[in-house]
Amino acid sequence: MQMIIANRLTDGRVVFMDDAGDWVNEIADGLLLVSRQDADEHLSAAQQAVEENRVVDPYLIDVAADAGRRRPVLVRERIRAFGPSVGLVPQSRGVI
Amino acid sequence: MALLKNNAVIDDPFADATGRETIPASGPVLVDLDQWQSHREQLLQRTEPVGVKLRSDQPPESIAEDLHSIALIALEFPVFRDGRAYSYARLLRGQYGYSGEIRAVGDVLLEQLHFMERTGFDAFELESDDPLGDMQVASADFGVWYQPAADGRLSAVQLRHRAG
Amino acid sequence: MYRYDEFDHKLVAERARQFRRQVKRRLSGELTEDQFKPLRLMNGLYMQLHAYMLRVNVPYGSLSSRQLRKFAHIARTYDRDFGHFTTRQNIQYNWIKLEDVPDILEELAEVEVTAIQSSGNCVRNITSDHYAGRARDELADPRVYAELLRQYTILNPEFSYLPRKFKIALTGSPRDRAAVALHDIGLRMHRNEAGETGFEVLVGGGQGRTPFIAHTIREWLAPEHLLSYVESILRVYNMYGRRDNMHKARIKIIVNQMGLDRYRELVEADWEQIRDSVLKVPQAEVDRINAYFEPPEYECLADIPDELNDVRARIPEFDQWMSANVAEHRVPGYSIVNISLKAPGLPPGDMTADTMDAVADLADRYSLDEIRVNHRQNLSFVDVRQLDLFTLWKKLKLLDLATPNIQTVSDIICCPGLDYCNLANSRSIPIAQDLSRHFVDVDHLALVGDFTINISGCMNACGHHHVGNIGILGVNKRGKEYFQLTLGGSSDENASLGDRLGRALPQDEVPAAVETIVDTYLAIRLDGERFLDTYRRAGIAPFREAVYNPVQARAVA
Repeated sequence: MQMIIANRLTDGRVVFMDDAGDWVNEIADGLLLVSRQDADEHLSAAQQAVEENRVVDPYLIDVAADAGRRRPVLVRERIRAFGPSVGLVPQSRGVI
Repeated sequence: MALLKNNAVIDDPFADATGRETIPASGPVLVDLDQWQSHREQLLQRTEPVGVKLRSDQPPESIAEDLHSIALIALEFPVFRDGRAYSYARLLRGQYGYSGEIRAVGDVLLEQLHFMERTGFDAFELESDDPLGDMQVASADFGVWYQPAADGRLSAVQLRHRAG
Repeated sequence: MYRYDEFDHKLVAERARQFRRQVKRRLSGELTEDQFKPLRLMNGLYMQLHAYMLRVNVPYGSLSSRQLRKFAHIARTYDRDFGHFTTRQNIQYNWIKLEDVPDILEELAEVEVTAIQSSGNCVRNITSDHYAGRARDELADPRVYAELLRQYTILNPEFSYLPRKFKIALTGSPRDRAAVALHDIGLRMHRNEAGETGFEVLVGGGQGRTPFIAHTIREWLAPEHLLSYVESILRVYNMYGRRDNMHKARIKIIVNQMGLDRYRELVEADWEQIRDSVLKVPQAEVDRINAYFEPPEYECLADIPDELNDVRARIPEFDQWMSANVAEHRVPGYSIVNISLKAPGLPPGDMTADTMDAVADLADRYSLDEIRVNHRQNLSFVDVRQLDLFTLWKKLKLLDLATPNIQTVSDIICCPGLDYCNLANSRSIPIAQDLSRHFVDVDHLALVGDFTINISGCMNACGHHHVGNIGILGVNKRGKEYFQLTLGGSSDENASLGDRLGRALPQDEVPAAVETIVDTYLAIRLDGERFLDTYRRAGIAPFREAVYNPVQARAVA
């Protein structure tokens, strides 16, 4: 499974593309892409959002389901989705 | 593409022959460095102005001896991040004492105009809906400069210690 | 401290206004991300893993309590209540909104602080010795020249689109606390044969994937020629530095490819043309700036070793702190106090807004309103009365800022790593946390003595791993985080790059390996040897053997 991740232009926050083509803060609210064709189509739509100055640098990430919870496969993307694994102020909302 | 000089949009008097097989026999003409070097003798004979365009990897040293015969030097910005031409312009105005036109061509944005002007450019080939407006915006950004450059503006250090 | 005059204020205000327009042009789509990126970088704004990151300069490490309070305010109002002090006398905020940045820059301008050129392919924040003007071993105060360079490099029209970033550091002491040999230009003040004070000029130092110790391009330069000489070095670099490959674009690469002699020839030829131009620094300007760096009005005090020894004898914890964190001051009766941002388990260099405010209050009371930021990610109070040391220690302790570990195994330099940074490929902070929790025995820290551990989360080397006595570099092997150790690096006046110890280790093996290295040093060191001395004498073999020889490892276990 894949999802599209990006940064919102105005505030830089990590966002995910949802099924309406909008951009949402929570990985749980984003759209899961199962086929290659699906992924390619939505990535083109994401490029459109770049042209429209809504997001910056969208790309596909691999996601696995872990006890009913979506979890990016790569550490880097987990950190982007859930916050730093360490910190002065507790930021982390997920297990790295 | 608009050509901006002395706060006005003007028609380019120079025919752009860069990269062409043949150079027009008459009229003001802009050639590239290869053309200048291979047709130098003929070009020096012309009565009408000749300009030379330098790529960003071609320092002005290569035409230093002929500067008095060159009316225009076009310095290319292949991408706006490539800042070599700022130094070329400084050298031309400073060390080489060049007083002809120095034109910025290529990837030229509003945001660079002020630095270009400061380093000695006096003409700008600009992709913009409102080139004059852009120039005004760019020139209005700053009224203090920390360093002397080629534009004669006094630096903060000079102003602080100006006699009287 | 330097204070802005009308010119400085005007320029910084104009710059903030200009960036407000650029942000507006970006948000409206007039500028693409590609076009906006260099503009935002030159105003300190990155796009990082979580959001925009804003990097703010502390020029040559000198900070007033008012400025530190503003840093706290920015953290609270626009970010998540903390900031991160880096190795370049900067502070970074990790969750900044693009639309807030123009307001933040205006707020910073109020207290004479900027983010100008804290990033981008231009001349970055000018850094210097954090003990400048106070160190007992200092020959001359470098801050006046750091300020001249700051002004000369800000918005320099010729050098704002260099091939790559450009870092300049200065020191006025023979003991190099500013790592000048690891900078694009390093300036070291010393006397020539005639007894005049000037600069040894070094070029081409740097870390990253191809580390170099800088070469001396000029043995001695009169201070009045500082700006013209720097201009010539920059001009030659701007014209000839490589632009075909960003990994080969730093000045160190071109100096090395061209050869130092050729580079010097080009610089000197250019300099001959401009050395007597308006770039010659007028004495009036030196005097004007120097007036801000006049020593404060110190009280007439004497050193009080007996009184302090008395307290030290009674309170071992205070004694340990005095030994590790307090340095000599040039004025009798005063000391320099280093504030450790490396309490066990904390990310090195991170500081909450509340702690910043508390430190600002302490600086007002005990350090003549001034704080210094240093490249080892700690802070210093540089004007503390020895009479106040004990009280100050107690107050710092309450804030968890008195860990007696300056320049010891647990005083670790660490980049933000993969927890924050787009470039990183491994998490560096957890390693620093593991090590600082591992080395908590203060007596052991003192026994081990002078030591540096530097950790980078990728080969860009923001954590200075090349010049740590022990360097730790995060590498990514097939999606897993591993750590490559190097030994023998140093960034002082005898700078050296570390040597690779052996194959990279998984995260959970790093603390044990570091402990083995430390124990090996303790076992083989001669009287009075620092780790670096032992390493330079004995070489890497005993350490490599101890870490990688499983038979021996089992025998020890």
